Formats: sequence, C-alpha cells, structure tokens
Amino acid sequence: MNAPSLPGPLNDNPRLDLWVSFPAPGKVVVNTGRVELGQGVLTAMAQVAADELDVAMTRVSVRSGVTDGMPNEGYTAGSQSIQFGGLAMGQACADVRALFIDHAARILACGANELSVRDGAFFRHGAATGHDYWTLAPAIDLSVNASGLARRKASADLRFVGQSSARTDLPAKLFGDDVFIHDMKLAGMKHARVVRQPNKGACIGTIDEAAIRRAAKGAIEFVRSGDFLAIVGDNETAVELAGGASVNHVTWTNVETPTPLQQEANWLVQRPVIDRLLGPPEPSDAQGKQRFEATYTRGYLAHASISPSCGLAQFKDGHLTVWTHCQGVFPLRGALARMLKLDASKITVHHVQGSGCYGHNGADDAAADAAAIAMLMPGTPIRIRWRREEEFIFEPKSPAMLVKVRALVDADGKPSDWTAEIWSGNHNGRPGGGNALLAGYALPDQEPLPQANEVPEAAGGGATRNADPLYDIADKRIIHHMVTETPVRVSALRGLGAMPNVFALECAIDELAERAGVDPVAYRLAITTDMRARAVIEKVAAMANWQANAPGGNGAGRGIAFARYKNRAAYSAVVVELEVDEEIRLRHVWCATDGGLIVNPDGAINQLEGGVIQSASWMLREQVRLDGGTASFDWDTYPVLKFSEVPPIDIALINPTSSDMPLGVGEATAGPTAAAIGNAVSHALGIRLRDLPLTRERIMAALLQE
Amino acid sequence: MKTFDFSVNGKPVSVALHNEDTPLLDVLRNELGLMGTRFGCGLEQCGCCMVLIDGAPEKCCARPVSIITGKNVTTVEGLGTPDAPHPLQQAFLDEQAGQCGYCLSGILISAKALLAANPSPTRAQIALALDGNICRCGSHNRILRAVEKAAAVMRGA
Ligand code: FES
Ligand code: FES
Repeated sequence: MNAPSLPGPLNDNPRLDLWVSFPAPGKVVVNTGRVELGQGVLTAMAQVAADELDVAMTRVSVRSGVTDGMPNEGYTAGSQSIQFGGLAMGQACADVRALFIDHAARILACGANELSVRDGAFFRHGAATGHDYWTLAPAIDLSVNASGLARRKASADLRFVGQSSARTDLPAKLFGDDVFIHDMKLAGMKHARVVRQPNKGACIGTIDEAAIRRAAKGAIEFVRSGDFLAIVGDNETAVELAGGASVNHVTWTNVETPTPLQQEANWLVQRPVIDRLLGPPEPSDAQGKQRFEATYTRGYLAHASISPSCGLAQFKDGHLTVWTHCQGVFPLRGALARMLKLDASKITVHHVQGSGCYGHNGADDAAADAAAIAMLMPGTPIRIRWRREEEFIFEPKSPAMLVKVRALVDADGKPSDWTAEIWSGNHNGRPGGGNALLAGYALPDQEPLPQANEVPEAAGGGATRNADPLYDIADKRIIHHMVTETPVRVSALRGLGAMPNVFALECAIDELAERAGVDPVAYRLAITTDMRARAVIEKVAAMANWQANAPGGNGAGRGIAFARYKNRAAYSAVVVELEVDEEIRLRHVWCATDGGLIVNPDGAINQLEGGVIQSASWMLREQVRLDGGTASFDWDTYPVLKFSEVPPIDIALINPTSSDMPLGVGEATAGPTAAAIGNAVSHALGIRLRDLPLTRERIMAALLQE
Repeated sequence: MKTFDFSVNGKPVSVALHNEDTPLLDVLRNELGLMGTRFGCGLEQCGCCMVLIDGAPEKCCARPVSIITGKNVTTVEGLGTPDAPHPLQQAFLDEQAGQCGYCLSGILISAKALLAANPSPTRAQIALALDGNICRCGSHNRILRAVEKAAAVMRGA
C-alpha cells in the first residue's frame, strides 16, 4: 500500500514535534507557520487542533512565526492558510492523537477502537482509564514523521470547527495592551529612521548634518554604509523629527522623477515586456461571428496599512535576532542572509503582530532596515518605525494593469472564444528570488539579482490571476505581457491580478449580456454549468431581490458580478446597489459565498466583509499619483473610504458545513465587488466606465461626452 | 529640561522633557509606557491616537504636551479592564468588531466621546462621528453595530 500523500506544508515539515507539544499538564501547544495578520488565523488553527485532538479550545495555545523549531510554511498569503495550512495542522494533530491512542491501547491491552478521548483524557468504553495526553506524553516520541494515516474527524464529529469562535487576539487589542510590534521595547533599545534612498541607483550627494541635528531638538547620531544612511538616538521624538527634516537636508544624484503620465495603466503598453501565451493561439478571423473588444484599466494601489511599518533587530555575539510583522519569516531570513552576507543559521526572525497588511507592504523592508543598522551597531537593539509618508512612498505598490478583453460571440449571444490580453508589472516583488529588500539597494557590495519571476500559474498566477473566465466558453486564452520596469516598485496586494481581471471580465460579460438583450443574472446562468457557481449567483440574486431587466439610466443602479477566486478557492457573487450623480454613493451590498467547509463562520464573514469594503475603496477612491515622485504620501493625497461612505453589507455563506474541503475566502470578494460596482454604475448612468478608480472627474468627463 | 504636570486616566503625572513640543502621543507611549494609544500618521489624519482631553476627543500625535498642562487625559487604558470592561469594549467583543485591531483604541475613544454627547445616536450619526478614524481592514459595519449596542446598554435599554 502506498503511504497517503500528506498536505503540502506537512509534507515539507513532516516531524510531528514541529506541530504539536504537551508542555505542561492540561496544556497543548500547536505551532503554525501561518501568522496573525488580523484575519483570525490563530483562532481558526486552535479550533482545528482542538477538534482533532479532542481537547477543549481553552487548552490550546497557538504559537506562530518563528524561524526556530516551527514549520516553514513560506508566506501567509493568497487565502491559503486554512485551505492548506489548516489541512496540515489537522492531519498533524490527527496523527498525534493516533500515536497516543495506539500507545494507550498497548498499555491497557485493548483495541485502539475501544478507546476515546474527551478533553484530553482517555476513556475505554466510556469509562475513565486514568490516562491522558499529559501522563502519556513522556513515553511518546513526537520527533517522528507524520504518517498521514490517521483519519480526520468526520464533519458530524466536529465540535469547534464550523462554529463561530471569538477571536483570541481581539481582547488585548480592545484593552490597549502592548500587542503590536510597535509597542515592543528591548532593554537599551535605540530608535532609528532611515534617510531613504529615493530610488534604486540613487547616490548620496551632500548631507547637512547640522541642519538635521537642529531639527531633531535632541541627541542623534548618523550611521552610514554606502548609500544607506540612518539616524539613531535614544529619543524617538528626536529621530522622528530628524528623519522628517533629512528629506530636505540630504541631496541625492541619479534621482528618477516619474510623471503623471506614468501613473496610468496605458503607459505600460509599448514598454519592454516578457510575453507569454497561455492557451491556444487566437484565431485570426472571426469565423462569421460577432466580435467584442473592450479595454479596462486600473492604476497603482497602495496597501495603505493603518500603521507605518516597524522592525526591531539586535546583533549580539554573532547572532542576529529580528522582529517583524511581515508575512513570511523564513523567506525574510533568507533575504536578510543574502543582504547581510550572514549565514541563515545565525539569524532568528520572530513574527510580532502589526496592523493589517493585505499583502507585501513595508514590513520586510523595515525589518531589513533595523537589521542593517543593528549590524553596524553590534550589541545595541534597534527599533525603526517608518514615517507615514515613508510608508506611502516606499511600500511596494500593486501594479497598474491594462486588460483587453476580446470575444467572439455566437448567434445565440453567447461567447465561444475568449482572450484576455494583459499588461502589468510583476505582482511578486517579495524579498528573495529577483527582489532586494530596500536597504539592499543602498548598501554597498550587493550581489546582482536574477530577473524576478511572476507568481506561477500553479500558485494561482499573479497578473493572470482570474483572467480566465470560469464560464462555459469553448476556447480561452490569456496573453500576458509582463512589463519589466515600472515607475514604482510593485508587489503583492490582496488578490494580486484578480481584482482588475475580474473587473474586466465581469464587466465584459455584462456588456455581452446587454448586447444579447438578456438580464445579467440570466445571462451568467445561461453560460455556467458549474453548480456551485450557479448556487452563489442564484443566492445573491435572491438576497438582493434582483429584478430582471430593471430599467436603468436614471442615476440609480444595480450590478452583479461573480468569480471563483483563483478559479479554485471560494466562489463569491456580489450585488451592489448605488446612486451616481457626480459621485458614487453605495447604498447596499449583498454577497453570497461558498467557501466549502468554514472553520469559523463569523471570522470568514469578517474577512469577506473587509474584502468588500476594501475593494469598494479601491474602486471609488484609490490610485497612487506620480508627479516628480510619488505624490500620494498621506491620507489626504491617498484617501480611502470613510465610515459614512460604507454601505450596509449582507453576507451569506452557502453550505458552510457540507464539504470536507475548506476553500480560501480572504480574498474572494475583492474582484466580484469591483465588477459589481462597475456594472451598477453602468446601469445607473447608461454609460460604461472602464478606467479605475471611478472618481468624480472620470464620471463628469463621461457624462459630458454623452 | 522642563516639567509638565497633567493627569492621565485620573492619575496625576509629571514628565520632564528637553523638547517642550514633544507630541502628547510620544509622551504617553515613550515616557509613561501607555502603549494603548497608537501611532498611525503623526499628521492628525487617521485617528489612531485619539484621546480625550478634558472629555473632548482629540488627536494627540501632533499636539505638543506643553498645551495640556493641568488637563486630564483619558486613553483607552482608562476605559475598562478585561474583568470590568467598559460597555463599549464589551460590545466590540460581542460583535467581534475588528480585524487587525490597530484602529480600535482611537475608535473606542471617539465613540465614548460621541455617546457622552449623544446617548442615542443614529447609525448615520455614529458613522459621521467616526469619520475622523480610518479603519483599513473594513471592520466598519461591525464597529457601527457595536457602538449602537453599547449605546443601548449604557442607556439601560
Ligand atoms: S496618529 Fe494621530 S491622527 Fe494619525
Ligand atoms: S481593524 Fe485593522 S484598521 Fe481597523
């Protein structure tokens, strides 16, 4: 018999003691390579572990995000924590429970099937045996590899999974505890700010140290290596003032000055690209069918985390310890090792919570700053916190994208051939591979980097994510032009290419429905045989009391859109109702999601709702402006949706306990929400807007053109 | 060195500073070790640093400590404790209102000020009162529900 295949992260980290331990009577510690980003993953992991081990949830502590003695699960990203990390956790716990049961059966000279576990205690035919995990633990070697043989709990036997569970991390945040990395203090710690290199290749010209010291109104020192310049001091207020002043008192050469033209996605066409064709070649003639073609664009977006990034580091006795709120402590360790020319075994990286990141923000770079300074000041713990403006300007942006949709349409109005042609920068700017940490561009003697690669299709793709419609269309292809140089540094933001791609494809579907004279809901159902897709579309239409062929063009409108995230995670359909005059006011959003087995329903709804609101903010407000530099540098120049602008949102989970397979939900609503807003605006105005964001200026311009 | 006397959460404090323009936020966090009030922007734009100064909600990241001499500052640490939570904190727990939670200290303070001035706000009034607080995670609707709930509890409804 072949050994069963282990879930990916368990296969990569098979030793059971990496996952589970019983450190003290009544206590279970489980380790996850996933980190808490405000998405509630630690709570969900505790639910999974408690169920598989048959212990109360209160016994389980979840440790996460240290590079020593923990599973390496890469990045906490892509809505994969539960879909893959949760499976690994569940199997590891099931295997551990089976080892204990086998051992207890031997001691008691009975069959394993005679035993059961209740809150950690072992029972034989319902009678207490006097044994529990903690009495048996000393005799059981967990430094063995997972077998994957233990059967996971059947859905009917789950007690915690599937129940809404209060987030374990929330109370501390409501009582103002020191939970965030920003609140960490190390003995003898100094504060630091970096004088940021304006762009890769820029060199320090002059430094007016006296002026910066005057601005600091307190003692500071300068630390420099190559073009990496930092200000360090005991008093945070002084280094913050100095950091702000340094912008005007340090000159640079080789400074790039991007123009407003470059902030638009149109600029990407005609740039140097790496081309790929995914799918069959595009037919050269229309075969007598109707042609459809439309172009959709979106600008650069900021993660705009509520808090600027923070990092701490100390280099002591030849060992570097780093504290970070990044999404992947292991990849960061690798990138730091390369940047600092230090063996990875001499580096420990700890995850500490920060504010929500939604992707690759400045966290890794802030950690690298702290590490670079710590190496220059051995022994001294260094804490760096970026200035607000620094986070906006220097965090990696989500790439601008231009998507051309071309379709051939049959006589019955349905598409038979579909092309998505995409121009985009790389969505994978994470450290490692071909990407440096920011400090690495300024430090001397750095090794040249290979060409960075886009996220592979096997991992859901980057710019191509969700460009392939799930609908029944005979021939489909993606033409991907990866633009190799972008005017701003780019990387991963929630859903990567899914939002612009779903916006393009689902607006195009509405345009085709309109041409065919069919209601958008009916049209989608007519080209979808996937039962789960149909179910979310039908459900959301019912929730919103969708009226087929409702008249539009009077300033109020409704739109629907659907996507299955990555075409393999959760299914989501969204209906948006809004009003437009000069501006868009969202009146109501409905969403139906099938995320397979849902570990924590309230947690999933929280994530789905957050995705709706963030996507609405992207659609209505957000674009990074360029004008001689990054001209979006604070909350006035990069506004996001406010409390009074957020609509009521109704979310329904479809069959959350019906399936054994959880499907990632965290990023599922962003694409459908964007497209539903686009379709609702078109319905309200009778004009199609294809360029994002849907600002007042764009709406006015479109209305004037009519 | 200059000394500044004021009170925080009902307790008198005295801090000696070289720079009398040091923002109140830095004093709370770095001199008094009260980390509940968060830094978000330093520009009075995001509301993470919201505190009550003599009962009025104020962003304190750019407020020099010198101007609060003699005044009473309330921070999130002054609201309640896990054993005796403020009704707002309890309502936020009940509604699971928050994701990363970084914005919550400031939002709790803004909400407390609102409910002191208007014990029965409509949802629209709550939203308007929180427009000075940014939540990037999209926890808005839960937060609005939690404030409504706390208002009802505080009214004894
Ligand atoms: S930190 Fe004070 S308003 Fe943002
Ligand atoms: S919960 Fe993260 S910013 Fe509000």
